[in-house]
Amino acid sequence: MKKTQKAEVIPGSVGEGLAQRGVTRREFLKYCSSLAALLALPPSMASAMAEAISKARRQSVIWLSFQECTGCTESITRSHSPTLENLIFDLISLDYHHTLQAASGEAAEQARMQAMKDNDGKYLVIVDGSIPLGNPGYSCIAGISNHDMLVETAKGAAAIVAVGTCAAFGGLPMADPNPTGAVSVGDIIKDKPIINVPGCPPIPVVMTGVLAHFLTFGGLPEMDALGRPKSFYGDTIHDRCYRRPFYDQGKFAQSFDDEAARNGWCLFKLGCKGPVTYNACATTKWNDGTSFPIQSGHGCIGCSEPDFWDAGSFYKALSMPVSATSSMLAGAAAVGAAAGVAITWHNRSTKAAAKAAHEKVTVQDLTREVK
Amino acid sequence: MNHLDLLTFARGSALNWALMIFAAGVVLRLFEIFGLSRKPDLARPRSDSPGSGWRTMLSRSIPPQGMLKRDPVTYIGGYVFHLGLLLAIFFFAPHIEFFRSMTGLHWPNLPTALVDASVVAAIAALGVLLAHRLNNKVKRMLSGSGDYLAWAVTLLPLLTGYMAYHHLLFEYALMLSLHIFSVELLLVLLPFTKLFHTFSVFVSRWYNGDFFGRKGVAS
Amino acid sequence: MSATLAKGINSFKEVIDTPIASYFSSCVHCGLCAEACLFYNETGDAKYTPIHKLEPLRRVWKQEYTLLGKLGKMLGLSDPVTDAELTEWEPLVYDSCTMCGRCSMVCPVGNDITYMIRKMREGMSASGHAPEDMIGATARAVNIGSPMGIKWPAVQAQIKHVQAETGIEVPVDKQGADYLVLMSSMEIINFPEYLSALSRIFKQAGVSWTLAADAFEATNSGIQIGASDLAREIVSRIVVAAERLKVKCVISPECGHAFTAIRWEGPNLMGRPFGFEVKHILEVLDGLHAAGKLKTRGKDKRPLTYHDPCQIARRGGVVAQPRRLLNEVAEDFREMPDAGVMNWCCGGGGGVSANSRAEPLRLEVFKTKKRQIEATGVHTLITACANCRIVMEEGLEHYQMKVEVLGLTELLAEYLVEGE
Repeated sequence: MKKTQKAEVIPGSVGEGLAQRGVTRREFLKYCSSLAALLALPPSMASAMAEAISKARRQSVIWLSFQECTGCTESITRSHSPTLENLIFDLISLDYHHTLQAASGEAAEQARMQAMKDNDGKYLVIVDGSIPLGNPGYSCIAGISNHDMLVETAKGAAAIVAVGTCAAFGGLPMADPNPTGAVSVGDIIKDKPIINVPGCPPIPVVMTGVLAHFLTFGGLPEMDALGRPKSFYGDTIHDRCYRRPFYDQGKFAQSFDDEAARNGWCLFKLGCKGPVTYNACATTKWNDGTSFPIQSGHGCIGCSEPDFWDAGSFYKALSMPVSATSSMLAGAAAVGAAAGVAITWHNRSTKAAAKAAHEKVTVQDLTREVK
Repeated sequence: MNHLDLLTFARGSALNWALMIFAAGVVLRLFEIFGLSRKPDLARPRSDSPGSGWRTMLSRSIPPQGMLKRDPVTYIGGYVFHLGLLLAIFFFAPHIEFFRSMTGLHWPNLPTALVDASVVAAIAALGVLLAHRLNNKVKRMLSGSGDYLAWAVTLLPLLTGYMAYHHLLFEYALMLSLHIFSVELLLVLLPFTKLFHTFSVFVSRWYNGDFFGRKGVAS
Repeated sequence: MSATLAKGINSFKEVIDTPIASYFSSCVHCGLCAEACLFYNETGDAKYTPIHKLEPLRRVWKQEYTLLGKLGKMLGLSDPVTDAELTEWEPLVYDSCTMCGRCSMVCPVGNDITYMIRKMREGMSASGHAPEDMIGATARAVNIGSPMGIKWPAVQAQIKHVQAETGIEVPVDKQGADYLVLMSSMEIINFPEYLSALSRIFKQAGVSWTLAADAFEATNSGIQIGASDLAREIVSRIVVAAERLKVKCVISPECGHAFTAIRWEGPNLMGRPFGFEVKHILEVLDGLHAAGKLKTRGKDKRPLTYHDPCQIARRGGVVAQPRRLLNEVAEDFREMPDAGVMNWCCGGGGGVSANSRAEPLRLEVFKTKKRQIEATGVHTLITACANCRIVMEEGLEHYQMKVEVLGLTELLAEYLVEGE
C-alpha cells in the first residue's frame, strides 16, 4: 500500500509540486475522478489522468488581460477556501499575469518574452477581456495595444483559452453601441486552437477542467459550435435546473418575494434566461457547490451567451417582446385606419359610379344580343 | 449571427414589424368590409329580437341537426384544431406573459403538459384536415394555393413551438427563434388571407343571425 | 337596349355590401355548405357546392373592393370575369339553386349564401345570363301581369265558379276591407280550391276582405330572376292597390317566394316601410284559430305529413303555425325527418320550376323529398306553397308514388264548422 502511494516523482513536474504541498495521491486521484466526471470521460480515465498530470511538466501559461474587469481572475483565485483548483493554478507555471505577478513594467514584459522564447510552440495563452479594434489607446499594456500583444503572444502558443464572455464573445465592452470596437479573441486569431470558457465570470472548475484536459491529452476537449467545451456547456441551465418541474407544471413566481418565489417555483416570468443559456451552473454550482443564481432567487441572466447584454431586459420573460409596445400597435392601427379610410373612399366611389351607371332594367334588357 | 442574436431579432425588430403589419392590416381589412356599408332593412322584423346576431356569433359553433353525421371529420377535426390552438395561444404561461407585456392583462395558465397535449392534438387535427381537404372532392375543388398556404402557416407555429419545447431538431434558442418567426409570418399573412376569418367570422355570423332573426328564425 | 357583360359587372359592383364582404372574407373553404345542399347531396357533383356558385361575384368583390385585389388587378395578376364564365355559371346560379337557404343555416362562419345568390342574380340577369324560360316568365309578369300569362278575366271566371259552388260572394276592390287577398298563378290555374276554401273560412270567421282587380298576382318573377327594377314594378302593383283600398293587411297566398317578395323584399324594393301589414295565409289562419274564430269539427283519419316550404319556414319564420293548425284537423300527423327550419326543398323553388332546362335535374334531386315522404309512410302530403305542391305532384308522378298533395288551407276548410 505504502509503495503504491509513493509514486515516482519526476523533478519539475506537477506531481513534485503536489507532493511538496502534502497532497496525497489518494486526494489527487479523487480530484481527477471528479474532473473526469465533469469532462464526461469514463471513470476509468481518472487514474490515467492522474498519472498524466503528475508526470506533466508544469505547463507554461501566459495570461493576457485586456478589456476586462478582473472578475474572471477574481472568480478563479478567490474561491471560498483553498481548493485543488487553486493548487492546480499554483502548480502551473504562470509566467505572465499582470494582475497577479510581482514584477512590473519592463521586467514584466521581459518575463512574457522569456516564457515565449523558452516554451515556443508549447505554452498556453489564457485571455480574459475583449480586444478594442478602435483607438488602440482604449486599452494597452506597457505601450503595446491589446491587439498587437495578442497577435504577438499567440504566434508561438500551443492553444488559447478565452476565459470569460468578453474574451470568448466580446462581452460587455462589445454591447451596443460597442464604443471601443471590441471583438473576441476568436475574431482576431484564426490559426490556433481556441477554446471558449464563457461566463461572467466563468465557473472555476470549468477552467481547471479544461487545463486538466490539456495537461492529460495535450489538446483541447470536444467543443460545440461556439467553441465551448461540450462537457460543461452541453445543456441549458433550464434543462438542468432544480426548478424545472415547476415550469412543466405551469407554476411560476410572479414577483421576487411572493409565496411562489419562496416555494421555489420557476422564475421564467421574472425574466430567467435559463432556457437559452448553456452553462453548468445548475449542476456544478458556485462557491464549493453552495448555490447558483437561480437557487438564490434570481433568474439566470444568460451571462455565458454571446450578446446576452443586448438580448432585452434581464427582467422580461423570454416570451415577452424586446421592445414592442401597445402604443406601437396603436400607431400601426392608426396607419391601418388611414389606409382603410382611403380604401373606403375608393370603394365608395367605385360603388357610386356603378350606381350612376345603372340603367333601369326593362324586360328587353334581360336578353343579350346574339353576335 | 448567433442563435441568441437571432432570438433577440425575432423578439425585437422582427416582432415589431410583424405586429405593426398585423395591426394595420386588421384595421384596414375591417375598414374594407364595413366601409362598403349596407342599406337598412325596411321590412318590419317579425319580432324584436335584438340579440339574434350576437347569439348566432356563438351558436354557429354548434353543428346544426344532422350535419355532424354528414361530415364528422370537418366538425371534429375543426373542433380539436381550434380548441388546441386556442389553449396553446392563450393558456401557455409564456404566451400569457406576452399578452401581459402588450396589454397589461393576464389570466391563469394551464399546466405545460396539458398545453403540450393540446398542441399535439391540434397538429394531428391539422394533418387529418389536410388529408380530408385532399380527399374530399368538394374541398379539393374549393381549395387553391391560398388554402394550403394558410394551412402551412398555421401549422408552423404549432410545430416549431412543440419542437422547441421538446428540444427537437435544433437547439432551443434557434428553434424558439424559428417559432417566433413562424408566428410573425402568421401575423403578417393573417389579415390578407382566409385566416382573416379569425375576425370576420364574428361579423358574418352576426349578419346571418340578424337576417334570420328578423324573420323569426333562430339560425 | 340589351343585356351586356358590362351591365352585369356593374350590377355586381352595386350589390356588394358589408355583409357580402364579410362573408367572402370569412369563407374557409370547408365545403360544409355542399353537405347542406339538395343538389350536391343528390348528385354528388362538387360543382353544386353553394359557395362555388358565387365564384364570379367573389372575384369582383376581391378585385374591386380589397386592397390586394386592386393591386392584383392593376398588375394584371387577376382574371377578369368574362361572358364565357358567366355562361358556365348560369346553370349553377339558376338551375341548381332554389335559394332554399339550407346552406345559410349550416355555414360555420355564418355566410348567408342565399343572400348572395339573390344579389348575384342581379348581375347574371343584367348580363343576359338568366335562363330563357325565366326571362319569358318575367316578361309575362311585367307585360301581362302574371308569369303564366293569366289576366283578370281568368280570375273573374274562377270567382264566378267559387261563388256558384259556395254561395259566398267574393269581394273585389272593396274599399276599407281589413285584408287584401292575393293569389298565385298556380292557384288560379291549378288549385281553385284555395279561393273557395278561403271564402268559406273568412265568411265563418267574419273577416272583412277583398281581392283587387289590378293586383291579384302575388308571385314575383323579378325576385327569382334577380332584377330588382322589375321586381319593384311587380310588387308596386300590390302596394298601390293596398294603399288605394286602405287595407290593414295584405295576405300572401300559399306560395313561398311570393311571401319573401312582399313581406321581406317589398319595403326594400319600394324604398319605404309599408303602412300595412303583410302576412302569410297560415299566420292569418293561426291568428283566427287562436282568437276562436276558426272552428273545426272532426279530424282527418289519414296519416299525413307536412312539407315546410323553404321561403315560408326557413326564410319566413312560419313554422309553428302550420303545426298548430294541422293538429286541429289531423288525427295522425307525422313529421318528416329534418322537418321545420332544416327541411329539404322540393327542388323547384327560386324559379327552378319555371325553368324547363332544369327539369331533369329537378326530378333527380326530388329523390330527397321522396325518401323523406317514404320515411313517414304516409300517402297524404300537406303543404302551404302552390309551387312546392305542383313540383311535388310532378315528382311523385315521375317516381310513381301514390301520394296525394293538398294545401293546408283547403284541408282546414274541409273540417270547417259552418253556419253555426
